[in-house]
Amino acid sequence: MKYVRQFGIILSITFIGEILKYIIPLPIPASIYGLILMLLILRSKIISLDQVKETGTFLIEIMPLMFIPAAVGLLVSWESLKDIFIPVIIITILTTVIVMTVTGKVTQLMIKLERMNKN
Amino acid sequence: MKDLLCNSAFFGVVVSVLGYEIGLFLKKKFNKGIFNPLLISILFVMITLVIFRVDFESYNDGAKYLSYLLTPATVCLAIPLYEQLDLLKNNFKAIIIGIFSGVAASLISVFFFALLFQFTHEQYVTLLPKSITTAIGMGISEELNGIVTITVAVIIVTGIIGNILAEMICKVFHIHEPVAKGIAIGTSSHAIGTAKAMEMGEIEGAMSGLAIAVAGLFTVVGASIFANFI
Repeated sequence: MKYVRQFGIILSITFIGEILKYIIPLPIPASIYGLILMLLILRSKIISLDQVKETGTFLIEIMPLMFIPAAVGLLVSWESLKDIFIPVIIITILTTVIVMTVTGKVTQLMIKLERMNKN
Repeated sequence: MKDLLCNSAFFGVVVSVLGYEIGLFLKKKFNKGIFNPLLISILFVMITLVIFRVDFESYNDGAKYLSYLLTPATVCLAIPLYEQLDLLKNNFKAIIIGIFSGVAASLISVFFFALLFQFTHEQYVTLLPKSITTAIGMGISEELNGIVTITVAVIIVTGIIGNILAEMICKVFHIHEPVAKGIAIGTSSHAIGTAKAMEMGEIEGAMSGLAIAVAGLFTVVGASIFANFI
């Protein structure tokens, strides 16, 4: 029964996220509303970590599988992509490396600076 | 055989899971970054579909139940984040500034490459939301009159590249702090990258999940400003 309830709680919060998306006219997906809501609910102890933990951990663990269908769907969008494929793939690889490096370096530097300030 | 595969509700899920298992096996055996389980499973499914002449719609009839779980799974990213909440509070400024500079780097580099390849306005705005989560990125592309199907394709490719390169980039550029690693992965390659961050560690995973949401929100504002530049 534990897993049924955990799954129920998670899906309910997801559903409330969908309602929020429906009401609020911003390009923010239901999953982000749900994520923020789940954090607030855990923080305010309305539900405890034990009431969602196992099922939540399971869903996060199998998350990579959930991207396979969308990626296989590239077979279908290939027609519209093939003309600009080369520049797009170059841009995609380079920007991904740039963004990851800049974000990581800046965050790490800021953490170090704050640590120095505290000492 | 083809009829059976096209009509089975379970074929899509089974072939996806099988591909992933093969990827895990190869990764364990050869221990090389290129044997990325996600990449292997995508290629395995694509090849299987082409060999058995199964069209994407038939495959997706079963496989869509995997995609269906993506929204609740993203909601659950709040769980590791909640467990690392103190870490978030203690590093709040570093995290926000880090994500902000990452989003700025993404928009500026897309702008620069669009100039270099002489992209049209439509092609340019199509790529602007490439680093963020699909659901937000689609919305932005639509809003700015981009080509939504290409935006989705590029977002997915970005995620896969981030997932494959994350460990190498952190090593080469000396990013050691688990918080910085997680924020970097989530900001650059959204949920697909986060799947890798989760494997790297609890802190990396939690921070990467947080970065998906914050980078997405920053990009909503940033992309609408950058859209005016080309």
